[in-house]
Amino acid sequence: MTITTIDRLPAELARGHGGGGPAPVRTVVAYGFWIFILSDIVMFSALFAAYAVLSGNTAGGPDGRELFNLRNVFIETACLLFSSYTCGLGMLSAERREPGRFLLFAVFTFALGAAFLFIEMSEFAGMVRAGAGPSRSAFLSSFFSLVGMHGAHVTAGLVWLVYMVAQVLAKGLRAVVLRRLVCFSLFWHALDIIWIGVLTLVYLMGAR
Amino acid sequence: MLGRLSWAAIPFNEPLPLITMAVVVVVILTVLAIVTIKGWWPYLWREWLTSVDHKRIGVMYFGLGLIMLLRGFSDAIMMRSQQAIAVGTAQGYLPPDHYNQIFSAHGTIMIFFVAMAFVIGLMNFVVPLQLGVRDVAFPVLNSVSFWLTASGVLLINASLVIGNFARTGWMGYPPLSELAFSPDVGVDYYLWSLQISGIGTLLSGVNFVTTILKLRAPGMTYFRMPVFCWTALASSLLIVAAFPILTATFLMLLLDRYLGMHFFTNDAGGNQMMYVNLFWAWGHPEVYILILPAFGVFSEVIATFSGKALFSYRSMVLATLGICVLSFTVWLHHFFTMGAGADVNAFFGIMSSIIAIPTGVKVFNWLFTMFRGRIVYRTPVLFSIGFIVTFVIGGMTGVLLAVPPVDFVLHNSAFLVAHFHNVIIGGVVFGALAGYNYWFPKVFGFTLDERFGKASFWCWLIGFYLAFTPLYVLGLMGMTRRLQHISDPGWQPLLLVAEAGAVVIMCGILCQIAQLYVSIRTRESRRDLTGDPWNGRTLEWATASPPPSYNFAVLPQVETIDAFWEMKQRGSAQVEPSYEPIEVPRNSATGVVIAFFASVAGFALIWHIWWMAVVGLIGAAITLLAFGWSEDREREIPAPEMAQMERARSGLRRLA
Repeated sequence: MTITTIDRLPAELARGHGGGGPAPVRTVVAYGFWIFILSDIVMFSALFAAYAVLSGNTAGGPDGRELFNLRNVFIETACLLFSSYTCGLGMLSAERREPGRFLLFAVFTFALGAAFLFIEMSEFAGMVRAGAGPSRSAFLSSFFSLVGMHGAHVTAGLVWLVYMVAQVLAKGLRAVVLRRLVCFSLFWHALDIIWIGVLTLVYLMGAR
Repeated sequence: MLGRLSWAAIPFNEPLPLITMAVVVVVILTVLAIVTIKGWWPYLWREWLTSVDHKRIGVMYFGLGLIMLLRGFSDAIMMRSQQAIAVGTAQGYLPPDHYNQIFSAHGTIMIFFVAMAFVIGLMNFVVPLQLGVRDVAFPVLNSVSFWLTASGVLLINASLVIGNFARTGWMGYPPLSELAFSPDVGVDYYLWSLQISGIGTLLSGVNFVTTILKLRAPGMTYFRMPVFCWTALASSLLIVAAFPILTATFLMLLLDRYLGMHFFTNDAGGNQMMYVNLFWAWGHPEVYILILPAFGVFSEVIATFSGKALFSYRSMVLATLGICVLSFTVWLHHFFTMGAGADVNAFFGIMSSIIAIPTGVKVFNWLFTMFRGRIVYRTPVLFSIGFIVTFVIGGMTGVLLAVPPVDFVLHNSAFLVAHFHNVIIGGVVFGALAGYNYWFPKVFGFTLDERFGKASFWCWLIGFYLAFTPLYVLGLMGMTRRLQHISDPGWQPLLLVAEAGAVVIMCGILCQIAQLYVSIRTRESRRDLTGDPWNGRTLEWATASPPPSYNFAVLPQVETIDAFWEMKQRGSAQVEPSYEPIEVPRNSATGVVIAFFASVAGFALIWHIWWMAVVGLIGAAITLLAFGWSEDREREIPAPEMAQMERARSGLRRLA
């Protein structure tokens, strides 16, 4: 321990009780965004609850067993989870100020996210063509809304990723851009957490 | 081209809305004309519309709340008059369709745009000052929050002029609120204005949780925070945890209405009871989002004007957080009669009674704070004492309603109406008015007139009891809520008393307007040059009144609870610090512009003008992207400039 750290001890000690004064900008931004993500997860929880209540209300229409294709869902899941892995690698490269590697991983992340979205959209399109659209039954309303809301988040994430790549190209990996990347990566990982819920509650339990 | 919008949307054949509309339009046009002629636009744009200063935003929230209070109150007095008149053969002056819109608009506006605006306005102004910091965590986001709320206000009031409002009550229960039974724009006005303002509220919640947990003056540990900050934290946590449920629930209803889905419809497996559950899973925490900051105001006011530290600070904090958690375990008491079964009702009945315990702890803490204090009976103290008495009565009728068998008798009755007005007026409104009188000198640098302040208090208090005690009795006599016509003439005398009560409350509001007017006229003689007119205890009184845009030239060093009081005791409040350059946020038009596009999109979605909705949404998205690209969001105030400003201020303060 150097002398300077000993000098700063009182403030450091106070920090354990929250007395260390205003937090640095990066902490504040990431923390605030994290709270926002929690609120987003609460919104999803309401959609999950609606699905749980309505999943049996097929109104004589098709149920999950007839509609879900677990092979597709497996590929979808793999795409999304791998995209988080490449997103993590991209963040590490960004932290090391390696824009080239960051861009490479960003391209992978985008491609995997887009693949996920493509599979989801084809699943939706197939269901609508088969007469199992969102207005067919309460079950399908809640299915399309829950899964579609996740899909809408993934879409927003892809737009955001392109936007961040543009920022990295235009501004370089400066502190302010890194802060925004941290938020993006929190967002992208949170979509995994939601998807695990969707996979379990909707597809695995519904396809039985 | 214009979707459902046509000339038929303007109520030419109904004189009452038409006259109201004409008056409102004339007033707005006059104000705009004056602003234009006097050349105030640049000032307004620079100092208010694009301001990201939490103090300015707080003032705008409060102003919005006051204006909406007038709107909500005129609804109230119309309903009271209708019920007092329309008895037996008389039909009154409000046809059923109009009456239904009025009670729906009254509830919606009072909860979302009066109570919420007051509470968030106070939080905005006070919290950063009490924490001893320069602004909230995300100043531009804060401005976005305010302007989205204003956008909601604009839409809900547009329904008065163009089209109509929901007839569903402020809860918008399906199936009545579904397309099959409410095919016109009323419910859409309700849904979109609340969705847009709800996003604003959620962002406020995120902002304040982050501010309170991450930005506090050096040395301000959690247990040195003023109680108002604790209550603001609890309230913001509830916003973050509860408002997304409302957003999701309204989204489902919108999907039903716009895309033919079946969440809550009668057919194809929809479930209306799910809406009621989800609505109140937000709705009950919402009650505490409103009341907890009011509790915080009373704690500050009572401690300051008793000249004592708050009795049992820690139990106050624990009670606040206890209520914060428990508030999520009681929602079902809003619909015991749904038939969830005895076990479920018993659980929620017991939880609802248990939540009265931390509230009781608070009441005793306030009483013990006043005990042997040197109480100065200023207007905020009167509101606080009026609150304690009134709220205890409201709390006890609440515990009564929490007993399921009793609720089966009183559900949907005037007794319930009396109960929740008892806690909302006696709690939230009194809290907002106490806070308004208490912090006004900090905001504008001069105190409010006491005579009119006290007159307004007595009118509010007496008016409240006159207006709502009869409703308790009428509820027990079997009168249900939302009656456009009264068939039992035996109820009329009490309804006339209630009408008189509403008139007395109106006098209270008029006294407040007079108070504001008189105080502004005589402001020179009531200047607060010390920055500390009440001999305050917390850090907001350590800075000048009104505070400089940066709040504190040097962040205060906090060592105890009631930090400013301790500083005054030790005489360390007067020492001139050494100044360093600081950064303050620049103005930003992001909030106004996003809210503009959100209003356009909301209006277009209500009237099914799809091209315009696309324009609005794209406009909002581009504004957001532009903000996400920007960097130069702060400007620096150099040390010499700061020292000069501060010395000018302290010179003034020494003169006082």
